[in-house]
Amino acid sequence: MESFVIALTIFVLAIFVGFEIITKVPPTLHTPLMSGSNAISGITLVGALLSAGSEHSTLTTVLGLIAVIFATINVFGGFLVTHRMLDMFRKKS
Amino acid sequence: MRITIINLAYLLASALFIFGLKGLTHPRTAVRGNMLGASGMLLAIVVTLFDRKIIDFKLIILGLLIGAVIGLVLALKIQMTAMPQLVALFNGFGGGASVLVAGAALIEVTTPGSGIGVIREALAGAQPSLQLTVATVASGLIGAVTFWGSLIAFGKLQEVLTTNPVLFPGQKALNAVLSLAAIGLGGWIVMNPEATFAYWALVAVGSLLGVLLTIPIGGADMPVVISLLNSYSGLAAASTGFVLSNNMLIIAGSLVGASGIILTMIMCKAMNRSLTNVLFGGVGAEVTTGPGADEVYAGKVKSTSGDEVAMLLEGARRVVFVPGYGMAVAQAQHAVKALANILETNGCEVAYAVHPVAGRMPGHMNVLLAEADVPYDQLKDMDEVNPTFAQTDVAIIIGANDVVNPVARTDPTSPIAGMPILDVDYARTVVVIKRSLSPGFAGIPNPLFAADNTLMFFGDGKQAIQDITAALKEALTG
Repeated sequence: MESFVIALTIFVLAIFVGFEIITKVPPTLHTPLMSGSNAISGITLVGALLSAGSEHSTLTTVLGLIAVIFATINVFGGFLVTHRMLDMFRKKS
Repeated sequence: MRITIINLAYLLASALFIFGLKGLTHPRTAVRGNMLGASGMLLAIVVTLFDRKIIDFKLIILGLLIGAVIGLVLALKIQMTAMPQLVALFNGFGGGASVLVAGAALIEVTTPGSGIGVIREALAGAQPSLQLTVATVASGLIGAVTFWGSLIAFGKLQEVLTTNPVLFPGQKALNAVLSLAAIGLGGWIVMNPEATFAYWALVAVGSLLGVLLTIPIGGADMPVVISLLNSYSGLAAASTGFVLSNNMLIIAGSLVGASGIILTMIMCKAMNRSLTNVLFGGVGAEVTTGPGADEVYAGKVKSTSGDEVAMLLEGARRVVFVPGYGMAVAQAQHAVKALANILETNGCEVAYAVHPVAGRMPGHMNVLLAEADVPYDQLKDMDEVNPTFAQTDVAIIIGANDVVNPVARTDPTSPIAGMPILDVDYARTVVVIKRSLSPGFAGIPNPLFAADNTLMFFGDGKQAIQDITAALKEALTG
């Protein structure tokens, strides 16, 4: 129970931090914000790596492998496409 | 010791995510911000590989390679106009990963393993904590809704599926039944964590809900749905963090969750509608009352040509372009920029008025115009540009409709009543480039098209702009 309260505290505080920062993002950058934050939500990759590599059973390994593929598409694709977009905003300023 | 170092690295990665998002608050710092976020991710991945739980790296490397190749190809090949679809697709993959990771975690703690990894799991066998089971239920449900909701959104944006709202009798009742079933299955899993089949049943129910909650939403409401699904993908990642007791996942997930919620609220406010109305209203499917198209347009619409518009532009001191989804469809952003260049050389001030819900995702128009090398200080948001329309000689509307409909200000019974609009009708002359007089997403006629100071230029957006550009060039040189 103790550890749950700690986790919940972190969750709530992180949401506050998110609100504070994101409200300052100008509308011009809303699309890169979405794709960039999307890439960050691919952080589930960390959990996927643990499942795919732990050799608990064939089932969990397969689930982990598919999760690694999904999350990696999300992470690599997300950061790269965000970079492509932001580069367009940068080049003439 | 090893675990402490890993956790400290995760803390550093979380801080990098926060700095990364902070960088996105200004175009100048945004590229660096994105790099910081990406380095945080790289750090997180690398330290995870040092976790003692990982025994075999072959599959991990395989998965990373496959995912990286698919992701990189998609990110490099995509047209800027197709960005909403791509974001929807990536969103879905994030949600799908959460479902699988939470499922695998539930199986690991409740069933004896068969691989070599089992030896290391001496501690397993203890009853799974309430935190783990509740969070697993949340991950499975939110992740499944995100995955299927995003795929449907992708289908609609790619126009593989119909862009119109799909409504059928009993839809709301079915949603209610499915929601109850999800709660029931969730309760069952919390009581009996070893019943892993109940988890997959929950995922199936969540998948159905994802489909059913997204199909009633039509084209122009897409920005809200994409933002909401973005938020869900973050919340699914945060739930997975609770499953694995991993603080970095919780932090990263809640940052994304907050970001999606803020964008959702901005989009709803820009349409003067509540989230409930967007999600369940089915706007665009119903027949609306009010004056008919013939009544509004009869005998009052003035059609124009490239030469006439060029004449207007020749003497204009200030011109404002108002892009809408039609500009994206016609791929007209480069043509618009070429016209703007000539106007600026002629001493005219040029600006672009971007409505928050123009296009199919938040900031869609800005990205297209940035692609065409429009400087970002010329991209004006609604509050900034509206007071300047009275000093504007020509407002050129390209492919926008409902967001410039003055009925929103004047008719309290209209479906778009109270929606904040771009006050283009205050400009001296309004040029509307549009294929026909067909209504926008709200399904109502637009009196702007029949106003005294409005000229209609019927045709393809890109072709029309090119005609004007050619005529203006000729007028200025000849």
